[in-house]
Amino acid sequence: MSELESLPMAKALNAGLRQAMLSDPKVILMGEDIGPLGGVFRVTEGLQVEFGENRVMDTPLAESGIVGTAIGLAMRGYRPVCEIQFDGFVYPAFDQITSQLAKLTNRHEGDISMPVVIRIPYGGHIGAVEHHQESPEAYFAHTPGLRVVSPSTPHDAYWMIQDAISSDDPVIFLEPKSRYWPKGEVDTSDRGRLLHATAVAREGTEVTLLGHGAMVSVLLQAADIAAEEGTSVEVLDLRSLSPIDYGPILESVRKTGRLVIAQEAPGSVSVGSEIAATVAERAFYSLEAPVLRVSGFDTPFPPAKLETIYLPDADRVLEAVDRALAY
Amino acid sequence: MSYTEATLQLLSPAGALVESDATAEYVPIIEKLTDTELREFHRVMALTRAFDMEGTNLQRQGQMGLWVPSLGQEGAQVGSAFAMRPQDHIFPSYREHAVGIIRGLDVLDIVRLLRGLTHGGWTAAENGNFHIYTMVLGSQTLHATGYAMGITLDGKAGTGNPETDEAVITYFGDGSTSQGDVNEAMIFAASYQTPELFFLQNNQWAISVPVSKQSRTPLYLRAGGFGIPSIQIDGNDVLISYAASRKYLEETRAGGGPRFIEALTYRMGAHTSSDDPTKYRSDEETAHWATLDPISRFEAYLRGRGESDKFFADIKVEAADFGEDIRRRTVELGTPPVGNIFDNVYSEPHPLIDEQKQWLANYEAAFAESEVAE
Repeated sequence: MSELESLPMAKALNAGLRQAMLSDPKVILMGEDIGPLGGVFRVTEGLQVEFGENRVMDTPLAESGIVGTAIGLAMRGYRPVCEIQFDGFVYPAFDQITSQLAKLTNRHEGDISMPVVIRIPYGGHIGAVEHHQESPEAYFAHTPGLRVVSPSTPHDAYWMIQDAISSDDPVIFLEPKSRYWPKGEVDTSDRGRLLHATAVAREGTEVTLLGHGAMVSVLLQAADIAAEEGTSVEVLDLRSLSPIDYGPILESVRKTGRLVIAQEAPGSVSVGSEIAATVAERAFYSLEAPVLRVSGFDTPFPPAKLETIYLPDADRVLEAVDRALAY
Repeated sequence: MSYTEATLQLLSPAGALVESDATAEYVPIIEKLTDTELREFHRVMALTRAFDMEGTNLQRQGQMGLWVPSLGQEGAQVGSAFAMRPQDHIFPSYREHAVGIIRGLDVLDIVRLLRGLTHGGWTAAENGNFHIYTMVLGSQTLHATGYAMGITLDGKAGTGNPETDEAVITYFGDGSTSQGDVNEAMIFAASYQTPELFFLQNNQWAISVPVSKQSRTPLYLRAGGFGIPSIQIDGNDVLISYAASRKYLEETRAGGGPRFIEALTYRMGAHTSSDDPTKYRSDEETAHWATLDPISRFEAYLRGRGESDKFFADIKVEAADFGEDIRRRTVELGTPPVGNIFDNVYSEPHPLIDEQKQWLANYEAAFAESEVAE
């Protein structure tokens, strides 16, 4: 029996967090302005009223402090979910995330686990000032000991946040902030895919497009345009950036022979680079064209009035599709 | 850089009890100590020093990659550690060897860490809640504060029963006080009124940088700015270390909020075996602090109380045996299995790690096969 609800991603995350808190009293939320305000994106709206100040903690404005104390709480048996207010504000916590959180299970030779989730609203498209539109996923996907995921739909957001909280490993949970508001159908009775599965968002035969987070909607848009022009494009939603579920990616590439990877992050030494290299290693004889990347430029994220030039859009994706098809 | 008028002290460098209005409230705490407990203070300080000497020698002989001495800081550590209760949790830095011994740690686990066999070495749950060492300065103070927040959430502090109420103690040094994490830890501790004692061992030197470069104000005064009651003690006086820690731990476990102790001590040895303190500090300074040695001071005190020569002779023998036992077991330590590289990176299965572990196994097996073929 399916229970469908049409929700924007912010509300789906709110519902997912609420479910996680109802099912496990050890789940606690920590972050800046997440209490009475409900977070700057209102993802935690109403949760402090429902669960109290002990389980929805407004913290001092110190990101390293948030993650560092979350680690101590996890050692005590809690499952903290930290909210970092914006992507560019995660760096003060970088040491606690990469040198502590990511390594503590290994350092303890498996004697303790670190079930901490770090939610980060990330990415562009919202016209904000500096430090508010970045895509820092490569830092975390590069760090052994972390899991990194990013939903693209309200349905996935609802389930993936719950699955991330259930994981005994630390999870960096990247929320595509430009997708907080568009509504989508959420089936609250059936999760569908597992946390770390790559999903086929649209089937096609000639070119595979791969992306995560907000990029998936751009890829679907590009696929629509390509279809009008007579090109059949398959769209994959990566969902998990660490580990990467290569099965569906390789299967798709073996079918289409062409792969275009799109991401908002700078392309050099990016998640897309890693996937391109792996696909070249594992599906070399299936490839009809080199794997192409469409990325943010290798510059700081530009001032907001230039963001539409910086961020890959359907046209830039289609330009890469044309190049792939030209081989 | 020595003691000031604010420095609380119960035992003079000559080993005599000092009476003052400032320390009057601490006297009843040490008066409750039995002869057996006082002897134990001395015994653990002596064992720790023997461990240090052996550690230094073993490192010099190539048996350890690094040695981190606690030489000179035994008084601060032993006093504070004996002030804890069994249910308390300790988040150390990386030279709290005496604290580990008191909480039941087999110090060979410290050797395993510094020999390059593990990044951790022990489990807090099986070693008197003595958590593993943290190498990044000050990181552990946030873990301690988070843990203490958890105690509060669990309602395990401030019930009024000191036998069950829990507290946390975190150790850090003067260099660490410049780290953001230590300051953030105090902010969170004050905000959430954690049952927690910040125990600063000011050993005067952060490798080669003197404490005067870290702070223009006595470090214990900084805690006041966070709203945390604080005192400065003579860290080479094991009695004031015990009494002050006991008082503050009992106050914080009773729900009084965090506390802060600055223990003035001295790193008599090098920062680590890789350091050369002769390049940055004077013989005069080290000679001065040698007169303030916590162990000889406490020995003089015990002798003044009538402790026998035999007691000290027996401890000397036990300490020598302790060091010898460490040496014997250190050289017997094997190499950890290769699988340790991959195991426990994650708590749950991870395909990339599994794949790489399998690849390495196949790679190594291929060499074995080619050896057979030859």
